Amino acid sequence: MNHATYPPPPPASARTVLGHPVTRIEDLPLVIGRGRYAGDINFAHQLHMRIVRSTHAHGRILAIDTAAARALPGVAAVWTNADIADLSPIDFRADKSSEALKPFRQPALARGRVRYIGDPIAAVFAEDPYVAEDAAELVNLEIEALPVVLSASDPPGEFEPGRSGEAALLRHSYGDIEAAFRAAHAIIELDLATGRHSGVPMETRGAIGRYDAARDILELHGAAKIPHRNRETLCRMLGRSPAALHVHESHVGGGFGIRGEIYPEDVLVLLAARRLGRPVKWIEDRREHLMCANQSRQQRHLARIAVDRDGLILGIEDEIFHDQGAYIRTHGVNVPNRTMCMLTGAYRVPAYRAIAHVRLTNKTPAATYRAPGRFESTFVRSRLMDAVAERLGLDRIEVRRRNLIAASEMPYTIAFNEPGVEELELDSGDYAALLDKALAAFGWQNLQQDLQRRRAAGEAVGAGIAIFLEESGRGPTDNAKIAVDGSGAVELITGGASLGQGFETVMAQICAEALGVDYRRVRVIHGQTDLIDHGIGAHAARATVLTGGAVHVTATMVREKALEFAAELLQASPADLDIADGMVMRRDHKGGSISLAEIAKRFAPGSKLLRGRTPQLAAHGWYNTDHTVFPYGVHLATVKIDRDTGHVAVERFMVAYDVGRAVNPLLIEGQLVGGCVQGLGGALCEEFRHDAGGEPLAVTFADYLMPTLRETPDVEVLLTEDAPSPHHPLGLKGAGEGGINGVGGAIAGAIDDALGLPGAVRELPMSPQRVKALLHAKTSPTDKAPCPRMSR
Amino acid sequence: MNEKIDITLTINGRDYPIRVEARKTLVDAIRDDCGQTGTHIGCEHGICGTCTVILDNDAVRSCLMFAVQAHGRKIRTVEGLANGEELHPLQRAFITHHGLQCGFCTPGFLMLAANALEQHPDIADDELLDILSSNLCRCTGYQNIIKAVRAAAIEMRGVRAAE
Repeated sequence: MNHATYPPPPPASARTVLGHPVTRIEDLPLVIGRGRYAGDINFAHQLHMRIVRSTHAHGRILAIDTAAARALPGVAAVWTNADIADLSPIDFRADKSSEALKPFRQPALARGRVRYIGDPIAAVFAEDPYVAEDAAELVNLEIEALPVVLSASDPPGEFEPGRSGEAALLRHSYGDIEAAFRAAHAIIELDLATGRHSGVPMETRGAIGRYDAARDILELHGAAKIPHRNRETLCRMLGRSPAALHVHESHVGGGFGIRGEIYPEDVLVLLAARRLGRPVKWIEDRREHLMCANQSRQQRHLARIAVDRDGLILGIEDEIFHDQGAYIRTHGVNVPNRTMCMLTGAYRVPAYRAIAHVRLTNKTPAATYRAPGRFESTFVRSRLMDAVAERLGLDRIEVRRRNLIAASEMPYTIAFNEPGVEELELDSGDYAALLDKALAAFGWQNLQQDLQRRRAAGEAVGAGIAIFLEESGRGPTDNAKIAVDGSGAVELITGGASLGQGFETVMAQICAEALGVDYRRVRVIHGQTDLIDHGIGAHAARATVLTGGAVHVTATMVREKALEFAAELLQASPADLDIADGMVMRRDHKGGSISLAEIAKRFAPGSKLLRGRTPQLAAHGWYNTDHTVFPYGVHLATVKIDRDTGHVAVERFMVAYDVGRAVNPLLIEGQLVGGCVQGLGGALCEEFRHDAGGEPLAVTFADYLMPTLRETPDVEVLLTEDAPSPHHPLGLKGAGEGGINGVGGAIAGAIDDALGLPGAVRELPMSPQRVKALLHAKTSPTDKAPCPRMSR
Repeated sequence: MNEKIDITLTINGRDYPIRVEARKTLVDAIRDDCGQTGTHIGCEHGICGTCTVILDNDAVRSCLMFAVQAHGRKIRTVEGLANGEELHPLQRAFITHHGLQCGFCTPGFLMLAANALEQHPDIADDELLDILSSNLCRCTGYQNIIKAVRAAAIEMRGVRAAE
């Protein structure tokens, strides 16, 4: 393992392309309509799959009649669970495996019971997608309805006879929590909830299975996010070796954590391609997506905070009810664990205890969505801090500032009592400095006076703040292969993945900087399991940091090789040489020069110049780290509320974020703004709601409301590089999730402020109906429902 | 229902004689029968605008029409936006201003904006915001899309003034 500490890296001004806001190399095919998304992939003689789904939220399958469907011309097969009885349920990723959770995995087709509306029951395979859909409608289901569980804070039901619907009770703690609360000057308890919403990428899911009998290779096309990890799981489920199962990623129309996990449909197209002997294509429709793809965020928190008379935090306690939906999917109980792990955020919290009830409900299964557990926990923490300020009569900025972990305390370690719970080692950061910069850039001081004036004139306007930590770049390792060919073009093969975030450009920039070439000459390959054996994909803000580290290491190896060869040809010492624009020359520009292309040709296999050395201008390198790096941010928002309609208009929003070192500020801003607007959706309008029978009420874009340009403020971004990670050779920290993390917390504070009702916002999203309810409660005061007692 | 009808779709100036069921949507015909996969499908219920194409002089959602309804009419898709190798000002502006991330909604936004700027070269900014609010993007937060469209609009006006 690598415990290395690196010196602060140079700023962008000292770099050729690293740190510069260059345009993307992946854009051209995408703007001319030549991208290749899952729906664009076709193979000769392919079949089309259509899934028959449950219309009951919970029920016992009494009979499935597929005769009429099978009789329809053009139908090749119709499968139910009986046809795949030997297939294991959709398995967890190896690192998330847990025996105790295994009974809660989802079968590819329902076995005996259905547990949510949308649960796959049968699969139809037909010559044409329209015919497949016709046939699916002919499958006759007889289902006996069972009672439904729709809230994780209700008593858990039985998942199956003798097995409780509370799949796990998780715990994170440290310090003497009892003493903290005994010593408290004030204790505040809040009952808070975050609503069910999700990533909802513009491209729905898609999967194409193909079996190449000539080579005995099973191929999955349309993969995303984590092709290598998925290959591992699929090999386990299908009993194949990694060399005989290839996973191929092409263009991916957005991921956000939810796309690219293994779902029932991915396994079904593979199995069908193998058994039916023809390629099988499945493209999800939007209604299916809104009923079946991973949902997220739904948690209830009974949170308590103990503070002294100065507002310093003594302890935080939280009991979480995590709505897991109908099954536990690929990453196990990751979301509640991340929630508990990151709940204390950027604050010094001497004692902490959190427990999470992971409970099954009869709704779509839940899993990770961009900033998993952090959007939720930052909302909770921000509500607590606002409440402390209100109770003690302190300014809400001041109470936060007093509790921030100081730059002088870095590295700052948070170790949990529970065995197996990883400690957090906060690597670097000056949280207070970023807070000051953000407040100054936003004009916070003047803004408060301005808002006060407007409120006095009758407007419902207010401001809110959230401060948060992110985590990124978790190890342990990634690799890259780089080769310069005889034309001077560079091929960079990674096990990363592109979900549209600019992965290719970022990797090309890192490679080009180390190698001394034009970044546009680097061809970046990702998501092809047959070209590189290991890869981490793209998740948890990891790609730029970990894969980028591997690219830097590998490009540096190729550079050294190029300099060694060039030194011989130019009769100079490698130390006197430099590479720029693909040409090797002396640093003093005296003497000749030689291109990387020429070096590659001269040292090709068989060259006499090699004298026993490995040919080719190429390398395969690894980057190892046992550190996670922690970027951090501040979100500031102002809102204006329409008292008649309850509509919350976001007037301004600032994302201030310290990224350590930016590879490409243009792309980072894109990540932060895009994430922020998704966050606004989750804070204000996006919600998967259900009726009393478990029927989902948001299965179209007319009901699942995502922000459009009209609802979107001109998000202001303050990108800083104050705290490069000492644990990364380039100082990099991730940026994928910093735009969304604090949105719920900041918007909640702004709504409170606008309404003049401190602590009013207890749940997200704050839809117009919920805002109206607060306004109504303000004019006709009733006793607030008491906070339920915690179970400990 | 399964009876097929002979029609001709004219896409970017080229005729595609195809045989389709009456129920086949225009977007499915453009993609599957004519092989023009630059037009994407986002919701199939007319809300996200990902499948926007220009039909005669209107930006339309090709998931809400049947292919047979487009028989004999002129269809323009993203594949026809560039002039050979030379990109349309909107395509260039989307690249320069980082107006796309995953690129899935991009063809729809390009065709929506192209139609708006062709029909109303001097369109007011507020009107432009209204028109662009009819499509959904999940990656960019829209900011760079509007920047790109504004920049292209200025460039296109400049070209027009110079002509």
